[in-house]
Amino acid sequence: MTKGRIRVLLAKPGLDGHDRGAKVVARALRDAGMEVIYTGIRQTPDMIVEAAIQEDADVVGLSILSGAHLELFPPVIEGLSKKGREDVLVIAGGIIPDDDIPALQQMGIKAVFGPGTSTEDIISFIQKIAAAK
Amino acid sequence: MANKTKQEWRETTLASALKRAAERQDKFETSSGLEIDTVYTPEDLVNFDYTRDLGYPGGYPFTRGVQANMYRGRMWTIRQYAGFGTAEETNQRYRYLLEQGQTGLSIAFDLPTQIGYDSDHPLAKGEVGKVGVAIDSLRDMEVLFQDIPLEKVSTSMTINATAPILLAMYIALGKKQGVEPAKLNGTTQNDVLKEYIARGTHIFPPRPSMRLTTDIFAYCAEQVPRWNTISISGYHIREAGSTAAQEIGFTLANGIAYVQAAIDAGLHVDTFAPRLSFFFNSHINFFEEIAKFRAARRLWAKIMRDRFGAKESRSWMLRFHTQTAGYSLTAQQPHNNIVRTALEALAATLGGTQSLHTNSFDEAYAPPSEEAVTIAVRTQQILGYESDIAAVVDPLGGSYYIEHLTNSLEKEAGEYISKIDSIGGAVAAIEQGYQQREIQDSSYRYQKEIESGNRTVVGVNKFVSPYPKIVGLLRVKPEVEKRQRERTAQVRKDRDTGNVNRALKRLEDVARSKDNTMPAFLECVEAYATVGEICDVLRKTLATQKEFLVF
Repeated sequence: MTKGRIRVLLAKPGLDGHDRGAKVVARALRDAGMEVIYTGIRQTPDMIVEAAIQEDADVVGLSILSGAHLELFPPVIEGLSKKGREDVLVIAGGIIPDDDIPALQQMGIKAVFGPGTSTEDIISFIQKIAAAK
Repeated sequence: MANKTKQEWRETTLASALKRAAERQDKFETSSGLEIDTVYTPEDLVNFDYTRDLGYPGGYPFTRGVQANMYRGRMWTIRQYAGFGTAEETNQRYRYLLEQGQTGLSIAFDLPTQIGYDSDHPLAKGEVGKVGVAIDSLRDMEVLFQDIPLEKVSTSMTINATAPILLAMYIALGKKQGVEPAKLNGTTQNDVLKEYIARGTHIFPPRPSMRLTTDIFAYCAEQVPRWNTISISGYHIREAGSTAAQEIGFTLANGIAYVQAAIDAGLHVDTFAPRLSFFFNSHINFFEEIAKFRAARRLWAKIMRDRFGAKESRSWMLRFHTQTAGYSLTAQQPHNNIVRTALEALAATLGGTQSLHTNSFDEAYAPPSEEAVTIAVRTQQILGYESDIAAVVDPLGGSYYIEHLTNSLEKEAGEYISKIDSIGGAVAAIEQGYQQREIQDSSYRYQKEIESGNRTVVGVNKFVSPYPKIVGLLRVKPEVEKRQRERTAQVRKDRDTGNVNRALKRLEDVARSKDNTMPAFLECVEAYATVGEICDVLRKTLATQKEFLVF
């Protein structure tokens, strides 16, 4: 990750169309100097894994507000791992109840950014992990 | 000595006050970045003409309200958007809400229903019953309305791309209950243009979608005359991050596109225009929101009378539903959301809404629990029955500030409409990403304002303190998906397959022709064809549309 600009793939898994957060984060990360690819809405887990590999992403950000996170996040993590890309930092945002966060972290989501998160916090989280690699 | 003009006052009284102590902020602004002056006076309303600009409630240009006596006659309709899990669970919630004094139903459908996939489709995985109720076939609608007589309620359905199917189901359900279509009351959102702009549940390309929309206009004008055929929605445009002026500008521009499409399809404006309705957001910017509702009414009245030549007074009226702003809710210190919602609800009622949804305090986490939704309903009842705001029409009319804001919002929204006209109308503008880009710029600016501290969000960037976790959040259990799939499998087994195939074939033929599609939809749902099967036919005949992504 230390080689040049951090590459981030932001994706909206499932059928949820709430993309305000994803678009704001995408722009903030780009303004912070990262290379950002935003997939748009209605992505299947397979499409996201495929895009992450194709784009050689360092980071995958998953945004979901429909409540389908426990069903749709695991296949993304598994898919990346199957392709030998466990190194990709996977983070998430959206409407995710606190009670679900431990399970998501267990499966390999490194951070969950809920409503009210400052984009600065997301930027510094990504930069810190990138610097440590 | 009293000041004679605002300028004189500014230079003397105000200047000396400012010398003693500077103001809290360098400047104060509306949501669109217009500067708010210290005070408003008759000088801010120089060309103000009462009869032309306001008139009396119930009369053109309806600035003060669409009914002559507003809430003195009929209170606004308390209409909580609700739906989750299976039809059984949602039916229980509806009956609970009706017992609590709610006066209209509002169906939240899950995403697969909205996007035309049955609960057993691979893309529905994880989404069944999550953000609304899962409806695959007429059987689910029968369960949803168990013991709720359709002639006694009005039902609003947040359904867009699949609106004709769900409307057909409602008509079919009415027939089964012995209620003729002419007696049905309610609304289909049926506004696909804002799906491309802000909400994302479109299926088909804009033009064939508009044809389905206007088919509903034409069909209901004859068969379901009390139905609100469309709810042209600014709510989601605002939630996506627009300003107040963009909300009404883009929404009314979409309205213009629908009216034009219906006229182009051969309908006479006064046959369908009285059944058009609108849906707006009530955000936290209190006065601006009140002015926004007033400005939208006046602007639409002018558009319908002058641009489209509508002759009927009912065609000029902008009737609207309001929902308080989901975006203003915070996950931090969630009980504060009750206060935010009350303030936003007050703005909606002072702005003359016809019906209202108040958000529940736990909605930054999950769909509302029963406790939370009860407080939300009580909030409206306190406003409507305990305070005396419902006793008088448009109480803020004549306020220098409100009238000035109403004028400036109408002007700003009018400029957005002109811009969209110059691009070639709402559809062309959407295809070019104009509205999407404008909204993204506004939402990014809003976020930056919060992060820089220029915009205060209590509990988030100011007055931060620990808060207790909310207990009793509503969870939709994974078994819901399984149960729903089983019911749909059973429906497929019980129905007459020959009937289903004939109905689907007829729909395909009609969709390829220029005939009204509604009778064919009705035939499909009555044969228990599913939403997914019907949409498969339409995806084949009308094609599908990807997001008009601007980034």
